[in-house]
Amino acid sequence: MDVPVKKLKVATATLAGCFGCHMSFLDIDERLLELIKLVEFDRSPLTDIKHCGPCDIGIIEGGLCNAENVHVLQEFRLNCKTLIAIGACAINGGLPAQRNHLSLPLILEEVYHAQHGLIDGFIPNDPELPLPLDKVYPIHEVVKVDYFIPGCPPSGDAIWKVLTDLLAGREPELGHNLMHYD
Amino acid sequence: MSASLETAVHPENLRRVVIDPVSRVEGHGKVTILLDDKNKVHQVRLHIVEFRGFEKFIQGRPYWEVPVMVQRLCGICPVSHHLAASKALDHIVGAIHLTPTAEKMRRLMHYGQILQSHALHFFHLSSPDLLFGFDSDMSKRNIIGVAEKHPDTAKRGILLRKFGQEVIRHTAGKRIHGTGAVPGGVNKSLSIAERDELLNDIYQIVSWSRDAVHLVKDMHHQNPELYNSFGSFRANYMSIVGLDGGMDLYHGQLRGRDESGNIIFDGVDYQNYSQLIAEEVKNWSYMKFPYLKSLGTEKGWYRVGPLSRVQNCDFISTPLAEVERRDFAAFSGVMPMHAPLGYHWARMIEMLHAAEMIKELLHDDDIMGDDLMAKGERGNEGVGVIEAPRGTLIHHYRVDENDLVTMCNLIVSTTHNNQAMNEAVRRVAQQYLQGHEVTEGLLNHIEVAIRAFDPCLSCATHALGKMPLQVELLNGAGEQLSTMSRSNNGSICAEV
Ligand code: SF4
Repeated sequence: MDVPVKKLKVATATLAGCFGCHMSFLDIDERLLELIKLVEFDRSPLTDIKHCGPCDIGIIEGGLCNAENVHVLQEFRLNCKTLIAIGACAINGGLPAQRNHLSLPLILEEVYHAQHGLIDGFIPNDPELPLPLDKVYPIHEVVKVDYFIPGCPPSGDAIWKVLTDLLAGREPELGHNLMHYD
Repeated sequence: MSASLETAVHPENLRRVVIDPVSRVEGHGKVTILLDDKNKVHQVRLHIVEFRGFEKFIQGRPYWEVPVMVQRLCGICPVSHHLAASKALDHIVGAIHLTPTAEKMRRLMHYGQILQSHALHFFHLSSPDLLFGFDSDMSKRNIIGVAEKHPDTAKRGILLRKFGQEVIRHTAGKRIHGTGAVPGGVNKSLSIAERDELLNDIYQIVSWSRDAVHLVKDMHHQNPELYNSFGSFRANYMSIVGLDGGMDLYHGQLRGRDESGNIIFDGVDYQNYSQLIAEEVKNWSYMKFPYLKSLGTEKGWYRVGPLSRVQNCDFISTPLAEVERRDFAAFSGVMPMHAPLGYHWARMIEMLHAAEMIKELLHDDDIMGDDLMAKGERGNEGVGVIEAPRGTLIHHYRVDENDLVTMCNLIVSTTHNNQAMNEAVRRVAQQYLQGHEVTEGLLNHIEVAIRAFDPCLSCATHALGKMPLQVELLNGAGEQLSTMSRSNNGSICAEV
């Protein structure tokens, strides 16, 4: 008879990232089938749960580029016992932070007004659209982060290692082979 | 092709229902629906809420960085951006004709990308809706639920995706954000060991891909009513096709058809895309709305992606996919299929085509050649177009004499489908929500329509409201890092 195991709850979200870190998560390939025996997914782009409930592990991809990102991050920190920043964007802003040396109104002007092939451009201006932040911020500047997995993206193996360490109650350790920054 | 339900006449007294975020899609989007007290739907909008400004900050960068940088627009189809940028920059280095090894390595990488992205989209993201029902138990409506109920299907999906990712790793050096293509060619070819490793699995992959086409085809045959009508609307469609009119996802000329399948334009060199397409901005989305200039904003919007490509080409060069294409055409009859759920079927036909192309390329010794780079006369402008998993992807650059980018214009696949996706969710709102108490299951119908297009909202772009608004960013200690404020006229200012 199967003894029901108590599964750990895991939530994941993409903020100002490219989804590549989530894709790398899926690069654990068949191990995903092993993982789902041990964990239950809460809010994640893989499920239809729209808000994060109480969780053991929260994984954040991407930095903060707008007000909505900040709300989602705060919701995660409030609900997740352990919060992990995954990838260059969450850790230091990553490529989207290339806009940080430019003024936001200038970029908006460029993209929605002066851009090639645009007819009668203007800057979208509707309350449904979250306010962009002046700069792209790494997540640890706004909430406390427990672990950082570097890489753009970190490999599926690196993500697997951290998760299995945490599931086994060990302090996560990447080691030389899995630690990379590209 | 109306824009009904885009804007309510009197939004003030309506109730707002929001789907935020749209889930099981890539990136951020939300849907807002305005209803009156009788649950009559007055307005439905799919908003793209991110703004990244890539086109601006790429300016001033050396052009050879671009193929590596642009991948970070999207981690699901990085290869598409990588290749579209490389193709555009081939014009800068004057290498319009690549060496056979370079062209075939790039194609191999691209077909690996099509395979992995289509598998991901179908199995990991969309299959739960189709296997369990659109309003089935929300907690099971995901890949984990599929793994429990249909373990073989889930496992095949995972292995199909894995194989595509391995093709990418062998051609680009890394599964995500690799470096295989460079302006003028590629930086590696396959070793014998790498080729043999892929050859080992490819026959199984072709056969599973064919099973996947049949899985979706059977769904259409079993429930034609639902599959033909769900969110259906008529639209123009566009893609590139090969010079011989056959399906070619890597290179070709632009062809467009109207809603009855008649050619609107054909054989258009994509270097001239801007004579064909213009873009419109709408107040409520960071994603622009492209349209065909000759037809104008009202009538000129169009659809891209698998559903367009499978019906736009005259044939598919690989035998198994061609059989499936004919079946598809026979099912839809004289008129093109417009139903959004047809996207899944067409997508699986393309996945089969990609698998067959990979098999062909693995049997071609050119992929192990060592002539990697071509050279020519330096230019200063180039357009690169590729059929990315989600549709036509356009990259356009100008480069100055110091090798720095001075202009960048990107029209990503999902952007072409902006109006079409909005149209689909409005239809579904009319078909299913009208007059009903809104439930989670009903709202998932809206998302099912969006998912059919496989939108990649990562690729797309963010916004500002009219009321004065201020946002403060605080650090962990509660100290203020920055504030942003927006005045009544919508202008923004930031203080740090
Ligand atoms: S770290 Fe790299 S892979 Fe991850 S979200 Fe950022 S750009 Fe994408």
